[in-house]
This record gives sequence, C-alpha cells and structure tokens, in this order.
Amino acid sequence: MKQTIIQIFEVVKLSDLVFFAFATLSVIGALGCALSRNIVYSAFSLLATLFGVAALFAWLSADYLAITQLIVYVGGVLVLFLFAVMLTNKITDSEDSNPLVNVTGALPVGLGMGALLVTVAVQTPWEVLAKTTATETTSLVGNALLTEYLLPFEVASILILGALVGAVMMARKEVK
Amino acid sequence: MPHQEILTVGLKHFLVLSSILFAVGSFVVVSRRNAVGILIGVELILNSANINLIAFSHYVTGLVGGQVFALFVIVIAAAEAAIALAIVLSIYQNFGTIDSTQADTMRG
Repeated sequence: MKQTIIQIFEVVKLSDLVFFAFATLSVIGALGCALSRNIVYSAFSLLATLFGVAALFAWLSADYLAITQLIVYVGGVLVLFLFAVMLTNKITDSEDSNPLVNVTGALPVGLGMGALLVTVAVQTPWEVLAKTTATETTSLVGNALLTEYLLPFEVASILILGALVGAVMMARKEVK
Repeated sequence: MPHQEILTVGLKHFLVLSSILFAVGSFVVVSRRNAVGILIGVELILNSANINLIAFSHYVTGLVGGQVFALFVIVIAAAEAAIALAIVLSIYQNFGTIDSTQADTMRG
C-alpha cells in the first residue's frame, strides 16, 4: 500500500493531484447542473462547480480572484438564484421543475462545441513561459485596478449601481 | 500525448477543462425551458471564460492583466444575474410561470 502511494507520487506531483481533484469536482458539478431535473439540485451543483473553479483560481496564483469568486458567486449570485427558485416555484413542483427538453438538438451543440474547443486547445502550439512562479498577486491586481484600469473600474461601479437600481425597479410590485 | 505529459499540469489542462465547462454550459442553455435553468448555463459559460483568462495570464504573460479582466467579468456576471432574476420575477408575476416558451405575448 505504502509502496503504491510512493509510486503514484513519483509519477504525479502533489500539486497536480490537487488540480485533478478540483477539476473533477468542477466537471461533476457541471454535469449535475446539466442532467438534474430538479432546479434546486441544479443550483446546488452549480455551487460545487463554482467552488472548484475558485480553488483552481488559487492554484493559478490568482488568490484575490479566488476569494472574489467565493464571495460574489457563492455568497451572492447563488443565493440570488435560490431566492428566485423559491419565489417562483411551488415546493411540490420542484421534482420536475427543470426538465430536459430538446435533447436531440442540445446534445450536438454541446458535443460539437466541446470537441472543437478541445481540439483547438490540444493541437495549438501555445507559447508558454519557460518558468511560472506561484506568488500572491493581490497587491499587483490592486495597483493595476487603480492605475492602468482606473476608468473601467469606475465605469464598472456605475454599471453595478445602475443594475441594482434597475433590478429593484423591475422586481417590485406595481404600487398605484 | 505521452503518459508523462498528460499528468504534468500545464496550460492545456486548463484549456481543456474550460472547454468542457463551456460545452456543458451551452448544452444547459439549449436544453432548458426554465428561465433560471438557462441562467445557470450562462454562469457556467462565464466561469469557463474566466478560467481561460486566468490560465493565459499565468502561463503566457506572467502579468495580472488577465486577472483584472476576469474581475470585470465577475462584476458583469453579478449585474447580469441581478437584472435577469428581476426579469424572471417580473415574468412570473405577469404570466404565472417562468417557462421561457410561455412568455410569447409579442410573438408575431
């Protein structure tokens, strides 16, 4: 047993094993989204995918992005999704609330798109850096946001303000 | 690809992973009628794009430009989710369902 574990680590580095673990988590979550007929299960499968992707962001030394992904997606967007599900479905209908329709049309779209993208990704001779370093990048991102990308940063804040006010306007009931 | 090359994680692994997530996301968008289900597919697609941006910024440029763009994608995705779910609630109030084929009042 110990021998086999040592042999595994001679072939695969521990960091690579971590990548494969979280990549599998993301793909399983995505498949759960795709195949579940219950919208609540779909939303919770999305949680697994978002968590796996956040871990992969940290793997790619994008630590700030990983935390942002957890706070904004898992803490914000996903809760919003669950609220929308709870407000629009009767609990008794949730068994078949998200049925698969049009699978004969959707399967070629998904498989074709996936095959094309995987082929391009594997066959292209990407020019990668000879050596990548794992460093924390939070301060670099902060500096870039407040110098080079200051205008998009401010525009994004106005966009969010507009989006939130618009969302409240649309979702409220009409008051005569 | 030789055995060792598959097990050593590099740029291609992330590209393949994001391709899979994109394919599954597009499948979800096409195969659902529940409006919230369609939005879940859109979130999967946005996440796969983010993986690509960050993988390229880590392996190809070594700078943080890709991370800043991914941050803006997250901002846009949050705004999109808020607006889209408000629209979904509004549709539910008007039509009594969130089946995206039922809201066809303006169909010619």
